[in-house]
This record gives sequence, structure tokens and C-alpha cells, in this order.
Amino acid sequence: MKMDVIQPFINSADAVLAQGLECSTAIGSLSMEEEAYRRKGVAAMVWLTGDIEGRIIIDLDPETAVRVASKMAGAELPESDSLVRETACELANQIIGNAITALNDQGFHFRVHPPVMHMSEEGIKSSEDTEALVMCFETPIGSVFMNIALRYNRKRHADAASAGH
Amino acid sequence: MEQFAPVKRSKDGQPVRYLIVDDSVFARKNLARMVESFGGHLAGEAGDGLTAITEYDRTHPDIVLMDITMPQMEGIEAAERIVQSHPDARIVMVSSVGYQENIVAALQRGARHFVQKPVKPEVLYEVIKYVLGDDGAVATAAGAGA
Repeated sequence: MKMDVIQPFINSADAVLAQGLECSTAIGSLSMEEEAYRRKGVAAMVWLTGDIEGRIIIDLDPETAVRVASKMAGAELPESDSLVRETACELANQIIGNAITALNDQGFHFRVHPPVMHMSEEGIKSSEDTEALVMCFETPIGSVFMNIALRYNRKRHADAASAGH
Repeated sequence: MEQFAPVKRSKDGQPVRYLIVDDSVFARKNLARMVESFGGHLAGEAGDGLTAITEYDRTHPDIVLMDITMPQMEGIEAAERIVQSHPDARIVMVSSVGYQENIVAALQRGARHFVQKPVKPEVLYEVIKYVLGDDGAVATAAGAGA
């Protein structure tokens, strides 16, 4: 993965969290993982297909999800499983959607699939040629993890090269 | 949540009726809170494009707030189908995927405007006033309680 592909996701997560939570965020940790990803709390996963393919996971613990939802709604919301799941999915939607917007403006074309919950306890393995970047965004109301495993679509690259692009 | 001067229908002074379409219940609730802070009324909700079409036929809202990435049928196709049947439909696309191609495709297929998520209430408020045009009127403080 090249940084120019990753950076829009970092920028987007920072912007969405900062706007939604009305606070500043900091990247608390950053690591590359080849092992299967084990969720830390409630994890929403979005698949991308197109010039770059792979998946992004947004992951946060239930208590943080309720605080995020309440902050974004402007009112205290009672904890429920559905609220927690919805919050993870909506955060994933917004972070990934904004990143895709920036990447599209750089010439990359994608299809974004609706978020699905990552419920497995066993974790998700990255493909053999894709390691995952895991980062933790620290906010005053809790930590939000983002796991990115993306790779260039070789066929599309080959097609573009043969077409002289 | 911040309160805005109510936007009413100019023809009868009634609240503007909204259909909110998003596969995320959380997003629908947030948008519903926003339109209520604009003095609007929630006419219906849908979680995908197919349901949006039937809900539009059932509720005949003044404004549709439509997400793009949804299961079963995406928002741009749903917008196109609604506008084919109801050329006066006012559809505002509300999506986090806001690149140029998407916006152009939505506008070409009948949407009136595009708002990028995360939605700022003050932005959506201005867009709604713009899309309603002469069919909407901002109630003054003196008239709001009348």
C-alpha cells in the first residue's frame, strides 16, 4: 500500500471525528499487521472494488460508540445493540465516503459497498499480498480504530498500461 | 440541537414534509432531528431505494433526502425512477461519497442538489430553502407562533 492511497483515509477519519465530536483527535498508535484482524469492539467493514480493492474496518468499543452517537445526535442516547452497530456503520460510511471522494479526485475509481458488521471472533485475514495498516484515533470520548487492507487492482493497471495511460 | 426559523410550505403554511432515505437508522434519525429543527415534518422513511419509491408514492413528500450507497437499489437509480413518475419531485442527495462524477450523475438523473456527509445542519437548511424556492417560506419570529 502506498501512502498516497492511505493518507486520504487518515485525513477523512480525522475530519469526520473532529467535526462529529467537535474535538481534536490524535493518532495514538499505528502498526502494520499480517495476522488476522481481531476486532476490539464493534466493527463495521466496508469493501471497495475498482482501481484499488480491499476493505476498511472501523472498530470501537460499545461505550465509546454510544458516546459518539450521543455527541453526533446532540442528545444523550440510551445504549442498545442496534445503536452501537449503527454508529460503527455510519462512522465507516462517512470516513470511507469522504476518503473515496478525495481519491476519486486523484483519478482512482471505485465502487463502495454498504457496510457490514464484522462479527467473527476469529478475525479477518488479509490476503497474502496485502498487509493491513491499523491505527488508533484517540478522542476525548474514546478510541476509534481503523484497519485498512487495500491493494492496486493489477488487471486494471495492466489494462491501463496496455491502453497507453 | 440548534433551532432554525421554521420553513413552511408557502401554499398553506403547513410544515414541509420530508421522506428520509438511508440504510443507516442512525443517519435517518439524525436527519429527522435536523428537519424537525427546521420546523419540518417526517412523512416517511426508507432504508433502500426500492422502498423509497413505494414510500414516495404513498406519502408524496415535499422533499426527499436520499443517500446514495444502499442495498437493493442505490439512491441515484431510485431518484431517477421517482422523477420519471413525479417530475416535480424535489430530491436532495445526502451522501459521504461526494466526488464529481457522483454529483453530476445524480443531478443528471433528476436530483436537485447534493449535500455531503457529515451533514452540517446550517448547510442542509440553506439547501432546503434553495430547493423549495418560492414553494417554501421562512416563518418570521412573529409569525412562527401564529
